Amino acid sequence: MSQEHEPHHHHEHADDDVQEHREHGAPLTEVELRVRALESLLVDKGLVDPAALDAIIDTYETKVGPRNGAKVVAHAWVDPDYRRRLLEDGTAAVAEFGFVGRQSEKIVVVENTPKVHNMVVCTLCSCYPWAVLGLPPVWYKSAPYRSRAVIDPRGVLSEMGVNVPADTEVRVWDSTAEIRYLVLPERPAGTENMTEDQLAALVTRDSMIGVARVQA
Amino acid sequence: MNGAHDLGGMHGFGPVEIERNEPTFHHEWERRAFAITLAAGFLGKWNIDMSRYAREQMPPAEYLAATYYERWLFGLEKLLDATGLVSRAELQSARKGGVTQAALPAAGVRVLAASDVEAVLRKSREAKVDEDIPPRFNVGDRVRTVNINPVGHTRLPRYARDKRGVVTVDHGVWVFPDTNGTGRGRNPQHCYSVSFEARELWGADAGPRDATYVDLWDDHLVPA
Repeated sequence: MSQEHEPHHHHEHADDDVQEHREHGAPLTEVELRVRALESLLVDKGLVDPAALDAIIDTYETKVGPRNGAKVVAHAWVDPDYRRRLLEDGTAAVAEFGFVGRQSEKIVVVENTPKVHNMVVCTLCSCYPWAVLGLPPVWYKSAPYRSRAVIDPRGVLSEMGVNVPADTEVRVWDSTAEIRYLVLPERPAGTENMTEDQLAALVTRDSMIGVARVQA
Repeated sequence: MNGAHDLGGMHGFGPVEIERNEPTFHHEWERRAFAITLAAGFLGKWNIDMSRYAREQMPPAEYLAATYYERWLFGLEKLLDATGLVSRAELQSARKGGVTQAALPAAGVRVLAASDVEAVLRKSREAKVDEDIPPRFNVGDRVRTVNINPVGHTRLPRYARDKRGVVTVDHGVWVFPDTNGTGRGRNPQHCYSVSFEARELWGADAGPRDATYVDLWDDHLVPA
């Protein structure tokens, strides 16, 4: 999946970042100093356990991410009964895969069809269904997306490569409460003979936010 | 509060820029800022609504110029100072390389152990309230949102105030962030998905087939 990272790649990326400072003797930036000072204060005061911090980071870098949501979507595509359960009670249906936890207290799944196109935003902060999609990408948290998704959804979709026909209804879900939205994208044509695993490999993070279509 | 965080409907921010092969974190300090925020939240001295409100209080020009985890850092430092766990003076001193007096954990805090991280992250926070509180509205009811401009916390965005919509889903009883975020109580009540036609929100130029769904609580709504 081209637009998502391998779990190990960005370790190198960030370690390089730190390494570069050391090798070139560059001073730490102000924000690096702030975080370092805060972390050492919290550790010295016994308020945080450094090993717990490492475990938290590892969870969201290597364990919880959009592959979770892709499994849910692919299963809904091949199993009509699961699809029905998913649309009726997203939280319970997603939990069947063991996907539960932070920022996913209640999950509502909305289905894209030729008649209705759903997309998800959090205009006030960055609410996002962590248990199925992991942590949100920078663009989802950015001012351009948060400002425009509600006032110009078709413009945003078009820029992101999704042209919605004029007679299709666009529904924008602004995540202002603790309910988290997951889009069930349309299954692309020509995938009738694919296995569930092959289908899951097609499902992108952005299609589950509602800003991309799944391509066969 | 009418802060810079309430971005829905603003113009001028330009195109949505998508980074290909985006890593979960871009810098080591982002990893640490994320993790210390979650771990400090576990101490039990504030709730998630207070965390959001703390970030919203970043001065507007700074908020818009800041990266995401810089906002988290601002909020965390504010909450730690307000609860007396880490003072501004201690932070200043530590940034200059000052030595911290090793102190016992503050009273009444739960410190997150590494062995508990997996279980804790698999628990969703408990904003849903298991109390039999009757809803003020039914699915299908036409409603109008209140016109409020509190200096405190609210989850009713500016663009959806004083607007007509329809209750489409009753999500049950939930903590009310507008009071919970400022320490004025959980005030549990029904939360609904309310649909607003794009033309009601944005005027005649908006798409005739488009709608925005906003999750709102009983106290945000009056019968229309």
